[in-house]
Amino acid sequence: MALTSSNDIEFRSVTKKYGALTAVSDINLSISKGAFLALLGPSGCGKTTCLRMIGGFEQPSEGTIHIAGREMNGVAAYHRPVNMVFQHYALFPHFNVEQNVAYGLRQMRPRLSRAEISRRVGEALAMVRLDGFAGRRIHEMSGGQQQRVALARAIVNRPSVLLLDEPLAALDKKLRTAMQIELQTLQRELGITFVLVTHDQEEALSMADTVCVMSAGRIRQLGAPQEIYDRPADLFVADFVGKTNRIEAVAEAGGTVLRLADGSAMSSSAHSTGGGAGVPNGKVTIAIRPEKMRMSRAAAPGPAFKGRVTHRIFLGSVTEYAVAVPGLGDFLVTEDRNGLATDNMVSPGEEVFLGFPPEAAHVFPVQQP
Amino acid sequence: MRALVTAVYLFLYAPIALVVLFSFNAGRSAVQFTGFSADWYGKALSNVLLMDALKNSLLIAATSAILAVVFGTMAAMGLERLGARMRALFDGLLAAAIVVPGVVIGIATLVALVQLFDVLNPLLAGLWPGQEAPKLQLGYGSIIAAHGLFTMALVTMIVKARIASLGRDIVEASSDLYASPLTTFREIVLPQILPAVLAGFLLAFTFSFDDFIIAFFVAGSKTTLPIYIFASIRRGVTPEINAVATMVLGASLLMILIARFLMREKTTR
Repeated sequence: MALTSSNDIEFRSVTKKYGALTAVSDINLSISKGAFLALLGPSGCGKTTCLRMIGGFEQPSEGTIHIAGREMNGVAAYHRPVNMVFQHYALFPHFNVEQNVAYGLRQMRPRLSRAEISRRVGEALAMVRLDGFAGRRIHEMSGGQQQRVALARAIVNRPSVLLLDEPLAALDKKLRTAMQIELQTLQRELGITFVLVTHDQEEALSMADTVCVMSAGRIRQLGAPQEIYDRPADLFVADFVGKTNRIEAVAEAGGTVLRLADGSAMSSSAHSTGGGAGVPNGKVTIAIRPEKMRMSRAAAPGPAFKGRVTHRIFLGSVTEYAVAVPGLGDFLVTEDRNGLATDNMVSPGEEVFLGFPPEAAHVFPVQQP
Repeated sequence: MRALVTAVYLFLYAPIALVVLFSFNAGRSAVQFTGFSADWYGKALSNVLLMDALKNSLLIAATSAILAVVFGTMAAMGLERLGARMRALFDGLLAAAIVVPGVVIGIATLVALVQLFDVLNPLLAGLWPGQEAPKLQLGYGSIIAAHGLFTMALVTMIVKARIASLGRDIVEASSDLYASPLTTFREIVLPQILPAVLAGFLLAFTFSFDDFIIAFFVAGSKTTLPIYIFASIRRGVTPEINAVATMVLGASLLMILIARFLMREKTTR
C-alpha cells in the first residue's frame, strides 16, 4: 500500500513499436497522486502515444503501466479508471449536452439512479460554467463551449486520472489563456491527477507542476517548470522550451576556457554547464536566454560582442531585438521596459554591445554523430 | 447535340412511358390505345398466380435484404480495421462483385449449389434418424442466398463510406467512458450509420425484388414476380402485365428515392 498509494501512474520500462518504428522507447516515469504533469515535445516525440497507453487505446510493446497500483497491460479502455479529453473533443453528435455528459455515468455498474445522474451532470456543467446549456445540441455550441462539454463529460465520472490531449489547441489565444486558468483551478479543486499532452511550451510551463520534455520517444528532462527553463538538461530542451541564443565554441584547458568562432576566449564556470560538471575539451554550444542578454550602446565590462541591430519587434511589455554579430551570427535580445527607456529605444542599424552574466550561459558538449 | 441528348432520353424512357400508358388501356391490345381504364389493375390484383409470385418476391426480397444488411454492416465494420493493403484488396473484390454480370452470378451460383447439394444430400440421408430425409434443393433458400450475397456487397459499400466519415475518436471516447464494444455499437455507432444501413436495406430490397436473371437460374420450381412476368409475356403482352410492371416500377422508384434521400441527408451535414 505504501508503495502504490503515492503514485497514480507508473511507466516501467515502457516501449511502444509500430512495426519497425519505435514511437516510445524505454520510458520510466512516476506520476504522483494529484500532480499536474505536462508531456511536452514536438509532434512525433511519443507524448500522445504515452497518453493513449494510459488511456488504454494502445498497449505497450514492452514494459508495464500501472494505474493506482494496478498493472494495466491488457486492460481495455472501458475498464480503466481514467477519462480523456480528446483533441477534437469527440462529442457524440446525436446526443445533446446533458446526454453527452451523462454517458459515462449511465455505463457505471452498479447502476446509478436517475436522480443521482442528473444531480452529478448538473454539478459538472456548473463546474465548467455551462449551467443552462443541458438541452443544447452539440452543433449549436461554439468551439470553446464544446471543449467545456468534453471536460464536463470527463470529470463527471470522478476518474483518478484525467488525460488531456492538446485540449486547447483548437481555441483562439484569449480563450486558451482563460481555459488554462480554469483547468488549473479545476485541478486544484478536484485533486485529480492531470496528464496534459501539448506541443506548446508556454502552456506546459504555465499550467503543469511537473513538465516532462520528450523527443524521439525518450524523456529528455523531467522537472518543475522553472527548473526546466532555468536549467535545461541539454541543448534540445534549451532550444525547445523558450527561446535560446546559441554560440558555437571550442572548450579548451579541461573545459575552463571557451574559444569562440571569432577567436575571442571566455572563461567557463562549472555550474553553468548542463550536467553540473565541467565540459570535456572539444566542440561545445553555449546557450543563453534572450532576456539574460545585456545590450548597451557603450562597451561594458565582461564578455561583450559588437554587433548591429537588424530588427526591432515591439511586443508591448517587452521588445525583441535581432542583433547581427560578425563571426558569431544573429542574436535575439529581449529588453523589458525598464531596460531602455521607450523614447531612447535602440533602432535598427545602430551599433550595440552585447554581454551576458557568465552564470546565464549554459554550455553543452556537441554530440558527435 | 441537344437533339441527340433528347433522342437518347426518348430512347431510354419512351418504352417505359408506353408501358405505363398502356396499363390504362381499356382494350386488350398492347399496341392500340382504345380508351382509358384502370380495369387491368383490378384484374392483376385478383390474379391468384400473380399474387402468389408477388408474395414469393416480397418474402425473398425482405429476407435477403435483412441478411444483406446484417452481414454487410458487419463486413463494413470489420473492413475498417484492416490494414491498408488488405482493405484495398477487399474494396476491389467488393467492386468486382457488383460489376460481375447477373448471368455469370446466376450460373455460378447454380453450379455451386447443385454440386453442394450432390455432396450434402447423401450425407444427410445417411445421418437422418427417420425414414425419409429432407432433400436440399433449389427454392426460396437458394434465391435468398444468391440475392443476399450479391446485395451484401452493395450494403457493405454504402455503410463503409458512412463509417469512414465517422472517425475513430467518438468510438474511442465511448470506450473511454466505460462503454463495452457492444454498448458503443448500440449507442454511438448504430445511430450514426443508421441512415446508410436503411438506404442499403432499401437498395438491397429493390434489387432482389426486381431481379430476374439470378432468380431465373436458382429458383428451381418457385416463381417470383419477374419470372412470372417473363413467363406470361410468352403468351403475349396484355395490359395486365403493363399494370403489374407499372406497379413494380412505382414501388421501386419510391424505394430508391427514399434510399437516396437517406444517404444524402447525412453526407451534407
